[in-house]
Amino acid sequence: MNLKQTSERIRSLHQQYIASLKKEKRVIRLFQIVIFIAFFILWEAASRFHWVDPLLFSSPSAIWNLFVEKLGDHSLLTHTFVTLFETILGFIIGTVAGALLGALLWWFPRLSKTLDPYLVVFNAMPKVALGPILIVALGPGFTSIIAMGVIISVIITTIVVYSSFQEVDANYLKVLQTFGATRCQCFKEAVLPSSFPTIISTLKVNVGLSWVGVITGEFLVSKQGLGYLIIYGFQVFNFTLVLMSLLVIALLSTVMYQVVTFIEKKLIKHR
Amino acid sequence: MSFLVVDRVSHTYFTEKTAVTALENISLTVEKGEIVSFLGPSGCGKTTLLSIIAALIEPTEGAVFIEGKELDRFRPTAGYMLQQDYLFPWKTIEENILLGLKIMGRLTEETKRRALDLLAYIGLKGVESHYPSQLSGGMRQRAALVRTLATDPKMLLLDEPFSALDQQTKLKLEELVWKTLKEYGKTAVLVTHDIGEAIAMSDRIFLFSAKPGRIMHTFMVPDELRRLSPFAARQHPSFSALFQSIWKELDELETNQ
Repeated sequence: MNLKQTSERIRSLHQQYIASLKKEKRVIRLFQIVIFIAFFILWEAASRFHWVDPLLFSSPSAIWNLFVEKLGDHSLLTHTFVTLFETILGFIIGTVAGALLGALLWWFPRLSKTLDPYLVVFNAMPKVALGPILIVALGPGFTSIIAMGVIISVIITTIVVYSSFQEVDANYLKVLQTFGATRCQCFKEAVLPSSFPTIISTLKVNVGLSWVGVITGEFLVSKQGLGYLIIYGFQVFNFTLVLMSLLVIALLSTVMYQVVTFIEKKLIKHR
Repeated sequence: MSFLVVDRVSHTYFTEKTAVTALENISLTVEKGEIVSFLGPSGCGKTTLLSIIAALIEPTEGAVFIEGKELDRFRPTAGYMLQQDYLFPWKTIEENILLGLKIMGRLTEETKRRALDLLAYIGLKGVESHYPSQLSGGMRQRAALVRTLATDPKMLLLDEPFSALDQQTKLKLEELVWKTLKEYGKTAVLVTHDIGEAIAMSDRIFLFSAKPGRIMHTFMVPDELRRLSPFAARQHPSFSALFQSIWKELDELETNQ
C-alpha cells in the first residue's frame, strides 16, 4: 500500500516536471512571436509617422505589396529560382570537392605537406576578390556565379575535413591493421565514418558561405537572381525591392539550414 | 620447433632529437596452446613487443616467426585485443564482430554463423542489433573478444585487456577469457602489470625490466595453478608464494635503477 503511494507520488511529480518543461517552452515561443510581431509593427509605425525615412527603410506593407505584385508577374519566382539553383549547386560542388580534396590530402601525406603553405594563403585570401577574374575567365553567366559559390567554401571544407580525417583515434586504425586492413579499408571503415559529424557541421557552415558567394557573384554579373535585384534596387534607389529580396534570402537560407540540420539528425544517431 | 619464436629482437624509436631503445635483444619461445604473460613496469616495452608480434611495427633488429614462417603485415596470424574495446560506435555489435572477417575477405554464411555462435557462447545473445553505447564496459570488452576470435586467429595477443574494468567485472572476464582460450586451444600472450592476473591466467611469466626493455626472469607457474581457472588459482596456497617471489624480483628491479 505504502509502495503504491510512493510510486503514485513519483508519477505525479514527474508529470509536474514535464508540465513545467512544456510551460517554459511555451513562454519562450511566446516571446519569440512577440519580438517578431513587435519588430514589424514598430517598423511599419516608424515608417508611417516618418520617424525614419521611408525612402531608405521602406515599410513592411510596401514590401508586402511589392512581393504580391512581383509574385503576380512571375518575375520574383524566376529570380528566386535562379539564385536557389546556383546556391544549391555551388553548395553541393563546394562541399563534395572539398571533401574529395581532403581525402586526397589524407591519402598522400607528402602532397598535404607540400601544399600546406598554398592552402594557408588561399584560405586567408578573400575569395570575393577573385570575382572579376572569374567573370572574365568563365563569362558573365551563371557558371561564374556558381564558381563563386564553390570557391568560397571549397578551401575551408578541404582544411576542416582533412584535419578531421587526421584526428581519427589511432586505435581504431590499429584494430583494423591487426586484421591486415589496407589503407583503402582503413579509410572506408574508420576514417570516413568517424569524420561524419565534422563533415555534416561543415555542411552547415557551407550553407551560409555559398549564399555569400552566389549573392556576390550576382552583384558582379548583374543579370538575374536575388543578388541582381538587390544591386538593381540600390541603383534605382528602390529600397523596398532591396529589403524584399533580403527577406526572401533570409527565409530561403533558413529553410536550407533546417534541411541540413534534419539530415544531420538522420545521419548521426548513435554517438 | 616452437609455435612462436622471437629471435634476438631489438627495437628503437627514433625522433628528431632522441633515439629511445624500447627493447634490447629479446629472445623467447611460446609453445602451442600455451598462455604466457609479459609482466613489468610501464615503459618496459611490453606493448612494443606485442605490436611487433602482431606485425604492426617492424623491429629494428631481429625477427619473429609463427609456426616457422616470418610475419606478413597483410596476412595476420595473430588476433590483437586492446586495453579498451574500441568497438566502432557507428556499427552494431553484429557489424563489429564481423569486421575482421569482412576486412580479410572471409565473410561467408558459415563464418558469420560461427561468430554469432561465439557471441552467444560468451553470454551476449540478443545484443546483435544493439550499438556499443548501449552496452556496459564488461559487455563491450566481451564483444571485442568475439571480434578478435571471430577470424579464428592462430594466436591471441591481449594488451592489458582488463585494466579499464572494475574489479568484479575484471575477475569475471579473466575467468571467461581463460576458459574460452582453453576451450579453443588457443596460444596467447597477455601483457599486464598486474602480478595476480599474470599468475592466475598464464603458464609462464616473462618479467621485463624497463629502459631498455629486457627479459630479467622467467617464472614457471606450478602445475597445480596452471590446471585451475584464474579465480580458483587465486585461492590456492601456491598462489601467494609465487606472488611473493615475483614481487621481490620486481622490487629489486626498481631499487637497482
